[in-house]
Amino acid sequence: MNVAAITPDDPMLPHLYRVTDVGKETPDTFTLTLKSTGRPNGSTFQPGQFSMLWVFGVGELPISISGDATEQDRLVYTVRSVGQATHALVSRRVGESVGVRGPLGTGWPKALARGRDVIVVAGGIGLAPLRPMIYEVLRHREDYGRLVVLYGARSPRDLLYRKELAAWARQGETQVLTTVDYGGLGWRGHVGVVTTLFKYARLQPERSLAMVCGPEIMMRFVTQELENQGLSRDRIYLSVERNMKCGVGFCGHCQYGPHFICKDGPVFSYLRIRPLLEKYEL
Amino acid sequence: MLAGDAMEVHGSGSDHGSAPAGILDAGGLGKLIELLLCRGYEVVGPTVRDGAIVCECVHSLADLPAGWTDEQGPGYYRLRRRDDPSWFGYSVGPQSWKRYLHPPEVRLWSAQRQGESFRILNNELPRRKYAFLGVRACELVAIARQDRVLIDDRYKDPIYEGCRRDLFTIAVQCTQAAATCFCASMGTGPRVDGGCDLIFTELAGSSGHRFVVETRSKLGAEVLSEVQVAPATGQDLQEARTAVDAAAQQQVRSINRATVREVLLQNFDHAHWDQVASRCLTCGNCTMVCPTCFCTTVEDASDITGDHAERWRRWDSCFTLAFSYIHGGSVRTSGKSRYRQWITHKLASWIDQFGSSGCVGCGRCITWCPVGIDITEEARAFQGGDHGNP
Amino acid sequence: METLERIIAEHPFFAGFDRGFTHLMVSCASNVRFAAGEYIFHEGDPADTFYLLREGMVAVEVPAPQHKPIVVATLGVGEILGWSWILPPFQWKHQARAVSDVRAIALDGKCLRSKCEENHDLGFEVVKRFARIIEQRLETTRLQLLDVYGARR
Repeated sequence: MNVAAITPDDPMLPHLYRVTDVGKETPDTFTLTLKSTGRPNGSTFQPGQFSMLWVFGVGELPISISGDATEQDRLVYTVRSVGQATHALVSRRVGESVGVRGPLGTGWPKALARGRDVIVVAGGIGLAPLRPMIYEVLRHREDYGRLVVLYGARSPRDLLYRKELAAWARQGETQVLTTVDYGGLGWRGHVGVVTTLFKYARLQPERSLAMVCGPEIMMRFVTQELENQGLSRDRIYLSVERNMKCGVGFCGHCQYGPHFICKDGPVFSYLRIRPLLEKYEL
Repeated sequence: MLAGDAMEVHGSGSDHGSAPAGILDAGGLGKLIELLLCRGYEVVGPTVRDGAIVCECVHSLADLPAGWTDEQGPGYYRLRRRDDPSWFGYSVGPQSWKRYLHPPEVRLWSAQRQGESFRILNNELPRRKYAFLGVRACELVAIARQDRVLIDDRYKDPIYEGCRRDLFTIAVQCTQAAATCFCASMGTGPRVDGGCDLIFTELAGSSGHRFVVETRSKLGAEVLSEVQVAPATGQDLQEARTAVDAAAQQQVRSINRATVREVLLQNFDHAHWDQVASRCLTCGNCTMVCPTCFCTTVEDASDITGDHAERWRRWDSCFTLAFSYIHGGSVRTSGKSRYRQWITHKLASWIDQFGSSGCVGCGRCITWCPVGIDITEEARAFQGGDHGNP
Repeated sequence: METLERIIAEHPFFAGFDRGFTHLMVSCASNVRFAAGEYIFHEGDPADTFYLLREGMVAVEVPAPQHKPIVVATLGVGEILGWSWILPPFQWKHQARAVSDVRAIALDGKCLRSKCEENHDLGFEVVKRFARIIEQRLETTRLQLLDVYGARR
C-alpha cells in the first residue's frame, strides 16, 4: 500500500535545551531561559505559542513561551510551581538540561492587530503568554496603535514582571494598569477584580483588538466587559488551557468541544468559542 | 457513503476495482496465507482464544475459527458452534485492528543521564509489515478514520505510520450481522467498497465452501496471481450479493446519522445525561474496544538509579478522572460529563474535527459494556425527547 | 455655585441627569480635599455624606485587630464613595482612606434625603443610580471572593 513518505521529524521527540538563567518572579513563579544545544532556528516562535517541556524522569508539561520573539537564540518560560512536574521544572539549575518540543499551537492574531489599538487583559500567570505580544507591539511601535495593558493578580506579591510593567507604562502611547484582589496597607495601587480597571482605561473600542489570558472564570467576565465596552466578538482573542499529553493532536486530552487546544488553539477568537465557555464540564 | 470514506484510505486503488471477480477455495486461502508469510508479512487474522474471536498472528488455516460464530447483545458475548465450516462466520470480536496499527503500549524513547544533561536513546521508529486477514467493512472505515487523525492531519504519528504504511488488507464482507451491529445505518457496511487490497465474500452454502474474490490494488492483484483462482460465475456473484444484503437486513439497531450531531450538541444540559450516568461505571471498556478511539497518555518511568528514564505511550480513556486534569482538579468530574464527552465526540464533534463520524457502527461498545449501555439507544433518547427536559 | 453645578453635571454618576435635579442638588454640595493617608470616614461614624471623586484614589478598608486593615476595594476618578447615607441607621460600615491626595464633591446626605422625600421623582432617580453602583460593587466583590488566581480548592 502506498502510504505517504514518513516524516523525518518525530513530533514526540524533544530537543535538548540548557537552562541559562532562572529568575524568581514571585514566591512560587520563576522564569527560565533555555538555549538550544545544536538546533539552528529552533527557537523562533509566534507570541502566544507554547512548548512541551520535559524534565528528566519526571514528566512533560505544556508551558507558554513568555520571552521576546526577536531574541531567537533562546526560549523563555514563566512557570508557576503548582505540582510535582512544575516544581521540578522551576527547580532546574543553570547548566541543567530540559527537553523541549515545539513551539506549538496558534499565536495571538498579530496580523489582525496591526494598525489597531491593542488591549491586553491578563490575570495571574496569564500575563506570561501575553508578554511576547507586548514585546511585539513595543518593538514595532509604528505598526500598532495604543497599547493598553490591564493586569490583575491575587495580591501585590503575586504580580509578575513588576519592573517591566513600570517600564512599559513609561512608553509612549502605552497605558498599564494593575490591580490586586487582596491589597495590604502598603499597596498604593488598585484593589478589585481586573474588570474594575476598565473605568480608568482610555479605550477606543471601535479600533481595538483585545487579547485575554487568565483563569477561565476571569476570562468569562472580562469578555463580557469587553463586549460592554463595544468590542465585537471577532476582535476579542483568548488563550485557553486544558490537559495536554502530546501537544500535536494525537492524545485527545485537550479537546474542547470540536476544538483541540493544542493545534486549533491555545489562542481562539471569542466569536469561535463563546458558546463553549458557558458549558460546565465540557 | 462508503465510497467517499474509502477515498480517505491510502492505496484505495480505484483502477483495480474493475478486475473480474474470481473464486478461491479453501486450499487457495491456505496458500495465500503462506504466500504472505513468505513475502515477509506478519499475517494477523481471527482465532479463538479465551472464549472469544480475537485478532492474532496466524500461520495457517488451522488457526482460523472454523465453524464458530458469536452471539452478541448489550453486555453479552458468547461463542457458538455453526452448522457449517465457515472461517469468517462471526461478526466482530472484542479487539479491533487498532491494537496493531496503534499499539496499546509503546515506548516512545528513553534517555540516559549524562552529568547535568541527558542523551535520548532508543528512539528508532517501529516498522511493521502486517497483512490483515478478515477485516470487516466497518473496520476498514475505522482504519480510515484513524488514518485521518494520526497521519492525515497536521502532524503525523510516526509509530502509527510505521505500522500502517506496509499494511496489506484482505477484507471479508459480512454475510450475517450480530444483534449489536448497526453499520448499515452509519453507511459503513456491510458492503466493502475499497480501502483494501482484496475483498473476499465467504460462501458456505450448497454450492460449496468458497470465496468470491475481488481485487482492489495492484499489490492485491499481484499476490492473488500466485494462487489458483477460478473465474466467478454470475450465480456466484449473485449469491455473494444476497449474502451481504442479508447482513444489512438482519440489523436491528440504527442511529439516525442525519440528525444525531445536532441533537447531541443541542442537548448538552438534557436530564437524560444523569440517567445514563446512573448506569455508567466509567470503566472505559467502550473506549478500549472502539476501533476509532485514539486517545493516549504519556507516562515517565525511571529506574532505581534515576539515571535512565523512559517515555511510554499508553491507550487512555476519556472516562478516567485524570484525563481532563489541569492543576487544581479535573474539568470533567462527574460521570455524566465523561459519558457525554465520549458519545458527543464520537457522534458529533468528530464530524467537526475530521469531516466524518467517529462511529462506524461495529457495536463493540454495546457488547462489551458491563452494564449494557447501548450507544444507539442513548442517541435515540435525545432524539425522542421523552426523557424530559430539566 | 455655578462651577459646582457644572462639576456635578459632568460627573459620570450624574450623566443624563435632569438639569432641574442637578440644580436642586447644588445646595447640598461642597468641594472637599483629603491628603494622602487621611481617613475620609471611619466605621460606625454617622454617614451623612457621599462623595463624587474627582481626583486621586480612595481605599475602602475593613479594620481588624492584630492585623493591618484589609483593603476590599479602591475607588478612583469618576466613582462614588459611600451609600450608607441612604438607609438607616445612617452609619458607615467600613472605613475610607485617601491613598493619594483626593479632591471630591461632598454631598450632604441629610440635605439630599429631605429633597428626595419632598420630590420622589428626584428620589427615585437617585436610588436607581445608587442601585446600579451597589449591584456593580456586589458583582466585583463576588468575583474577588472566587479567588480565581489561587490554586483551585
